[in-house]
Amino acid sequence: MKISKKDVEHVANLARLHLDEQEKENYTKQLNSILEYMEKLNLLDTEDVPPTSHVIPLKNVFREDKVRDSLSNEEVLANAPDAEDGYFKVPKIIE
Amino acid sequence: MEYEVVIGLEVHAELSTDSKIFCSCTTEFGGDPNTHCCPVCLGLPGVLPVINEKVIELAVKAALALNCEIAEYSKFDRKNYFYPDLPKAYQISQYDLPLAQNGYIEIEVDGKKKKIGITRVHIEEDAGKLVHAELGGYSLVDYNRTGVPLIEIVSEPDIRSPEEARNYLDKLKSILQYSEVSDCKMQEGSLRCDANISLRPKGSKEFGVKTELKNMNSFRAVQKALEAEVKRQKKILERGERVVQETLRWDEARGVTVPMRSKEEAHDYRYFPEPDLPPVVISKEYVERIKSTLPEMPQERKERYMKDYNLPEYDAGVLTDSKAIADFFEACVEKYHDPKTVSNWVMGELLAALKTKDAEIDDIPLTPSHLVEMLELMDKGTISGKIAKTVFKEMIETGKRPEQVVKEKGLVQITDEGKISEIIEKVIKENPKSVEDFKNGKEKAIGFLVGQVMRATKGKANPQIVNKLLREKLQ
Amino acid sequence: MELYELTIHELLDLIKKRETTPSEITESVLKRVGQVEDRVKAFVTITEEEARERAKHIDEDVNNEGNIKSLMGIPMALKDNMCTKGIRTTCSSKILYNFKPPYNATVVEKLNDAGTVLIGKTNLDEFAMGSSTENSAFHTTRNPWDLKRVPGGSSGGSAAAVAADEVIFALGSDTGGSIRQPASLCGVVGMKPTYGFVSRYGLIAFASSLDQIGPFTKDVTDCAIVMNAICGHDPMDSTSANVDVPDFTKSLVADVKGMKIGVPKEYFIEGIQPEVKDAVMKAAELFEEMGANVEDISLPHTDYGLSVYYIIAPAEASSNLARYDGIQYGFRAEEYDDLIDLYKKTRSEGFGPEVKRRIMLGTYALSSGYYDAYYLKAQKVRTLVKQDFDNAFEKCDIIICPTSPTTAFEIGAKTDDPLAMYLSDVFTIPVNLAGIPGISIPCGFSNGLPIGLQIIGKPFDEATIIKAAYTFEQATDYHKQKPNL
Repeated sequence: MKISKKDVEHVANLARLHLDEQEKENYTKQLNSILEYMEKLNLLDTEDVPPTSHVIPLKNVFREDKVRDSLSNEEVLANAPDAEDGYFKVPKIIE
Repeated sequence: MEYEVVIGLEVHAELSTDSKIFCSCTTEFGGDPNTHCCPVCLGLPGVLPVINEKVIELAVKAALALNCEIAEYSKFDRKNYFYPDLPKAYQISQYDLPLAQNGYIEIEVDGKKKKIGITRVHIEEDAGKLVHAELGGYSLVDYNRTGVPLIEIVSEPDIRSPEEARNYLDKLKSILQYSEVSDCKMQEGSLRCDANISLRPKGSKEFGVKTELKNMNSFRAVQKALEAEVKRQKKILERGERVVQETLRWDEARGVTVPMRSKEEAHDYRYFPEPDLPPVVISKEYVERIKSTLPEMPQERKERYMKDYNLPEYDAGVLTDSKAIADFFEACVEKYHDPKTVSNWVMGELLAALKTKDAEIDDIPLTPSHLVEMLELMDKGTISGKIAKTVFKEMIETGKRPEQVVKEKGLVQITDEGKISEIIEKVIKENPKSVEDFKNGKEKAIGFLVGQVMRATKGKANPQIVNKLLREKLQ
Repeated sequence: MELYELTIHELLDLIKKRETTPSEITESVLKRVGQVEDRVKAFVTITEEEARERAKHIDEDVNNEGNIKSLMGIPMALKDNMCTKGIRTTCSSKILYNFKPPYNATVVEKLNDAGTVLIGKTNLDEFAMGSSTENSAFHTTRNPWDLKRVPGGSSGGSAAAVAADEVIFALGSDTGGSIRQPASLCGVVGMKPTYGFVSRYGLIAFASSLDQIGPFTKDVTDCAIVMNAICGHDPMDSTSANVDVPDFTKSLVADVKGMKIGVPKEYFIEGIQPEVKDAVMKAAELFEEMGANVEDISLPHTDYGLSVYYIIAPAEASSNLARYDGIQYGFRAEEYDDLIDLYKKTRSEGFGPEVKRRIMLGTYALSSGYYDAYYLKAQKVRTLVKQDFDNAFEKCDIIICPTSPTTAFEIGAKTDDPLAMYLSDVFTIPVNLAGIPGISIPCGFSNGLPIGLQIIGKPFDEATIIKAAYTFEQATDYHKQKPNL
């Protein structure tokens, strides 16, 4: 077992997912079988291989420092589940 | 036991660009909530970031002013965490390959120079602003500030006292302002500071358990929070207990540091390279070009003031602390022959006024040429030094030229000896006791009489003439 | 023959000759949608009224301008993960069930400029995660060739809509095969361009370093026409390549003489359906007959592609999908105790099981202590997979292989076994990892179900792929066959 139920709970918390008992069981099982399958990567020696994070070799892609119109407040809030006085509204945040 | 304080500072400075780091929304401070936002800075589904070239330029400039090495290859990473002020639930920042490393700032401790190391300077985007409603148990989110470009400047744990921390921050602010990368307005949040602090027995090489301090809204607050934290940690250690590693919030009103509940959970930011942004590759030529645009730094300027203007070290230091003040001073000196007089006015009346108003020099309408005109009015004897202070106050408020103020308020100095004599006669008649005292050798009494004449003329009589005529009359 | 059965180039000819109008074409297509959509279920949203209005508008443009734009009056559909201003864009997820973007994706702007008529937004596996559209939060799209079977995925709605003649063409997105695999299963042409060739701005991200938009069309000629309209540099996408876009219709030449074609031995593994293998082998023979030099090649790291993909894609997705938290838009859980509870309930109720599974997998792969073992390792092996192709392309101009190991499978057949489902993308994934272009074109049938041939090319050399595909198409008639609906 690469990943325990406790790991699943920890990862779910990091990802802000609530899982019921059944889901925890399922994900533990499924993630283990997927991770086991991936074990084969360890057969490869990649010591001197550089990682690829971008497949096409671009660099220094910049834009000019120019101001353009923003959206209106109505447009910004158009999809908001809850809003008030031009703000998005969320449950109280405790610092 | 004696303890040594170990402090490291993390400063976030907003870069002075017109538009945000990854989109074309304005960076202007203020504005109605959620009006400086577009799909990109709101992190709407499907949007992509594009780097503002000015951000790279200013960040390189700042790093050079802080004596850093610029990385030839740097990249952006995502820092993942959930918080309502972070619309994408990740912040685009730089993790293992920051823009610059290995710099320093020189500060003065007890008259001796000391280098505080800069670990790294990296670029990142700012988050939005949360407003906590007084009642009703909810918070409100404004994304205007989201995506404003920041640099984070991380110091080495080289700072040994709250005072040194304050000193470091003053110096850092002045360097950033000098290099014109940030306006460093703390009240607008364009400069923010977090601190790491720990104590260890004097002589020990190992670090003690550190705490992180947040929510300090001024340099003074940083110093006070650190002082409070030194006391708190010392008490814990003296009781033989251990300091708990945690994040604390500075409660300005109560003057104490309190644990932040929201930060209890240990963070796992899951950094990984930002796939939406290609790397930044900076050539030696680019670095050289930016270097050549760096203006004179505060230390050099201070030395020049002492040499060229013959100013005392104290004056030169105060004047060059802020670039804006130094620029103002120099603009005056260009038009006026006596640097020391200008220095006295700038260090005295001007800085005092700015302090009371809690304003920057750009916020008030006073111009260098108006100040110079005022000094010339004094030289010509049109106004007295005392009147000048009144004129100065009016100039700061209204931006009017000194001559206009003098005219409008009828502040022209009275130099007509006949007119002054009349008033002196009257004052002598009304104050026989003081006249008597003076004649009996009480030199001080004449001061009172002069004061009475000045009062009768609302301060407009030329004090030298008053003095002279009064002495003649009483002889 | 009905107008909806025609291709883009046939319809444009009719419009140019004033033998039909954009409105007539749109009406014909809408009629077809009315006839078959309740069985195929290709769409999430149908924009019938907007389409009629738009077509009328374009009727006038045709009359006034006389100048016929490249896609003037052509009815099309967009996978519902491309942002359309004011039109619901859901990613087939409950979490975005009501999201109306305030902006258009760059491809949408480009298609608008080219004169297309949007018929609707098509179904997909939630957030493009899947190979069957069974992971849609709304409904499963059916394969027009057999309604009991899946259309493939994740762009199953777009593939089915084109196969069922509900639109003339459609756009999909391809992260690990999500255009080519459904194109193969639905018997249409589907192309994934080189990474960076089509702007991703406005494409709702699944795995940013792999996602690419491409067309579904009824033939290779139409593919070239749509590619002309959607490719090109976009300053809004920093990963968009600043390269010239050739006129792909110039590659519509039936000639493969001297073309060097590689056939990778690793793609004919155990588990591949025999009919699929036979059809691809026959295709290779046909190319050889037409004058191409076909030779066996090796892509030694093929077997690792799936593992690499299922680390990188979920890792990026776990970050890309973190923004769906119920604060700014979309679904928010109705009851919650506090902020964290709001996040957790919103995300747990808003995402389906496959999306959650991948978020879990990706979060784990990036989490403290595992990054090097999984994510970094995967990025390194990604380099090796890419190098395989670089080496192969020193010897050949294109590579041909099956698109999918099987023809369309039955709905429900693989839903309980994620790994088996993942394996259906085993031939398409390496192409995304390498960022290179690939196309799937019909190359045969097995039990009345289409088989797809995958042609893979060098970066930004879509022209050669199109030329080979066109040559093959001219010599066969698989693309002309239609499902019996």
